Amino acid sequence: MADRTHRETIERLYATHPQLSEAVAFLASLDTHFGDDPGNGRVRWDHDLIVSLIPSGAKVLDLGCGEGDLLSRLIHEHGCHGQGVERDEASIIRCVERGVPVIQSDLDQALPGFPQQSFDYVVLEETLQTVSRPQIVLDEMLRIGCTGIVSFPNFGHWWIRTQLLIEGRMPVTPRLPQSWYGTPNIHVLTVRDFTTWCQTNGVAIQQQFAYAEGEYHELIPADNTLAEEALFVIERAR
Amino acid sequence: MSDPANALVGRKKRSSDPPDSPRSVGWVTPQHALLASAANPLPLDCGRHLAPVSVEYETYGALNAARDNAILILHALSGDAHVAGWDATNQAPDCARPWRHWCVAPDGSDREHGKSPNWWDTMIGPGKAFDTNHFCVICANVLGSCYGTTGPSSLDPATGRPYGLSFPAVTVRDWVRLHARLLDHLGIDQLYAAAGGSLGGQQVIELGLAFPERVRGLMVLAASPRLSNQGIALNYAARHAIINDPWFARGDYYDAARRPDAGLGIARMIGHITYLSEMGMELRFDPGRRPSADLVRGLYDPHRLALEPGGYVPGNEFDVESYLTRQAEGFIERFDPNSYLYITKAMDYYSAADWGDGDLGRAAARARGRWLVASFTSDWLYPPASCRRLADALCANSQPVTYVNIESDYGHDAFLLEVDTLERLIVGFLEGVARHG
Repeated sequence: MADRTHRETIERLYATHPQLSEAVAFLASLDTHFGDDPGNGRVRWDHDLIVSLIPSGAKVLDLGCGEGDLLSRLIHEHGCHGQGVERDEASIIRCVERGVPVIQSDLDQALPGFPQQSFDYVVLEETLQTVSRPQIVLDEMLRIGCTGIVSFPNFGHWWIRTQLLIEGRMPVTPRLPQSWYGTPNIHVLTVRDFTTWCQTNGVAIQQQFAYAEGEYHELIPADNTLAEEALFVIERAR
Repeated sequence: MSDPANALVGRKKRSSDPPDSPRSVGWVTPQHALLASAANPLPLDCGRHLAPVSVEYETYGALNAARDNAILILHALSGDAHVAGWDATNQAPDCARPWRHWCVAPDGSDREHGKSPNWWDTMIGPGKAFDTNHFCVICANVLGSCYGTTGPSSLDPATGRPYGLSFPAVTVRDWVRLHARLLDHLGIDQLYAAAGGSLGGQQVIELGLAFPERVRGLMVLAASPRLSNQGIALNYAARHAIINDPWFARGDYYDAARRPDAGLGIARMIGHITYLSEMGMELRFDPGRRPSADLVRGLYDPHRLALEPGGYVPGNEFDVESYLTRQAEGFIERFDPNSYLYITKAMDYYSAADWGDGDLGRAAARARGRWLVASFTSDWLYPPASCRRLADALCANSQPVTYVNIESDYGHDAFLLEVDTLERLIVGFLEGVARHG
C-alpha cells in the first residue's frame, strides 16, 4: 500500500511540476561529461597531496600500490623507504622495474605480518571501497603505521545521489565507469560515513581534503555533497 | 588468469646461443681452486673437518677494479658450475664430459642432440638479464658434487680410493661456507648480487643469513626456507631406489663393472615428476592421445610378440613415459649416484630458521640487503605458500622485500623456463640494487 502512495506522490509531482522531467533529462545529459577521469594518462589527483604530506626519509607502506607510481616518487625523489603491497603480477613486475619493493598479497587475505608501528605512514589510496573487509584493513593499517592516509570516491556526491534518487540506478560516471555487476567498488561510502567510522572507532582525523572539479581543498561539511573524492590523514586516538 | 594452453604454446624453451653468437659468453674454461688443505680444513656442520677441498667454478665477464660487480649464481640439485656458454675443455667427441660436447648438426643447426649442457644460458651473457658486459658472473659446484668439486667420487687421500659413503654428510650451510672461501680466494668482499632457483635458492637464503654483509641483492627463485615433508618424502623414495639397486654396493661401486644406474634413473624420474605440474603435463604430453582400445589391441600383434616372446611387458606407449625414460638415460650419463644421495639429503636438512633457533622471523632479523623472492603458481616442490614464508619473515623485520607469485604451468621448472618474466624481474631488481646501495 505504501508503495502505491509513493508512486502516486511521484506521479503527482511530475504532473504538477512539468520542469521536473526537464531537470531529470538535464541531469542525465551531464552523465557523459561529469568529473575528470583520473586514470586518463595523468597522475592521480592525490599524489601531489600525499607527497606533500609525507616528510622526506619517512617509512611508507602503500597498500594496493598498483604499478608503484606513488612509491616510486616517494623513494626516488624524496628519499623515503617504501614498501608496496599489490595483488596483480603484471603490476608487481612494473614495480620491480621501477625499483619499488612490493609484496604480492591480496588485501582480502591476510596481510604479511608487518610489525606494529613499523611504518611512519600507511597509504590506502582509492582502495578502501574495493576490499571485502574494510574494517580489518583499516585496523591493520593503523596497527602497522603511525599515520594512515586514506582516499576514496565519495558516494555522497550530489550527482551520485541524483542518479540513485531520480533514475533509480546505481551511479555510473566517467570516474566510476563500471556498472554494478562489473565494478570493483563493493563497499561504497560517503565522507560522512568515514568520519562517523573514525569517531566510533577511536580514530583521530589529523587532516582532511576534498577533491572536486579538478582541484582539492581542505574538507568542509558541505563536501559530503560536493566532494568527488576525499582524503583523510588519520591516527589512532591516544 | 592467463590461458594455460597459450602459456605453453606461446613460450617455448629458448635454446642456448651458439658459441660464436654475440649474446653467448662463448667458450669457457672451468677453473679450480684449492680452498681447504690439511693446514686449513673446511669445518662441516656434521662436526668433521674436510681436506683437501677443491672447487670447480666458472666465471663470465670481468671483475672491475673496485671488485664490486660480481654476481654469484647458485646451482640446483642436478646443476653444475657450467651455467652459460660452451665448455672449451670438452670440444672433442671423446672428451671427459661428452654431454658437454657441442657440435653443429648436419643441417647447420646449433646442436646435434638437443642437449643443453649450460643450464641458464638464457639469462647469462652479453646483453642478457645478467649482463656479462657489466657484471662478473660466478658459479661454483657445491661440495659433494660430481662435477669437479670434491665429492664422494673424489679420491680420499687417506686410502687412495674414492670416498664413496665415507665422504662426510654435507649441508647447505657447508656449501655457503665454501662459497665464502671462494669469494676470499677471488678477492671479493661483497657480491653485487646472488641468485639461484630451487636448491640454489636455498643457498641464496643461507648466504643472506650466514654472511649478510657479503651480498647486496638476493634473488630467491622457487625456493623456501625449508623443504616440505612431501618434498622430503619424494627425495627419500629417490634415494631408496639408488640404495636398493643391486649394484649400489654400499656406495663403493666406482671400480665395479656396473653402477646403480637403474636406481639413479628411477631417482631422476621421481625428480622430474616433481619438476613438472599436472596441468603442464596435460598440455605437453599426448595432447591427442590414441584411444586406449587401440593401444591394448596392439599389445599382442605378431610382430610385437616376435620381439617380446616372454609375454606382456608394460611398455612406454605414453609420451610422458618415454619423456621420463629419456630424462633418466641422460642423467645416468652425467651424474654420480652417491652425489645424488648427499645433495638431496642436504636439501632435506636445510632449515633457514636454524638461525633463529627454529624461529624463521628471528632468523630473518639477520638479513640485510635487498631481497626478491619469486614462486610459481604450479610449483608443488616448493609451493608458493612455502616461498612466501621467507618474504613474510623479512617483512616482519621491516626488511625491504619483493615477493611475486608468477602465473605458470611449468611447475617447479618454471624458474628455468619463464624466461621473459624473469628477465624483466632480474634486470629491474639489479638496477634497484645499484640505486639503493
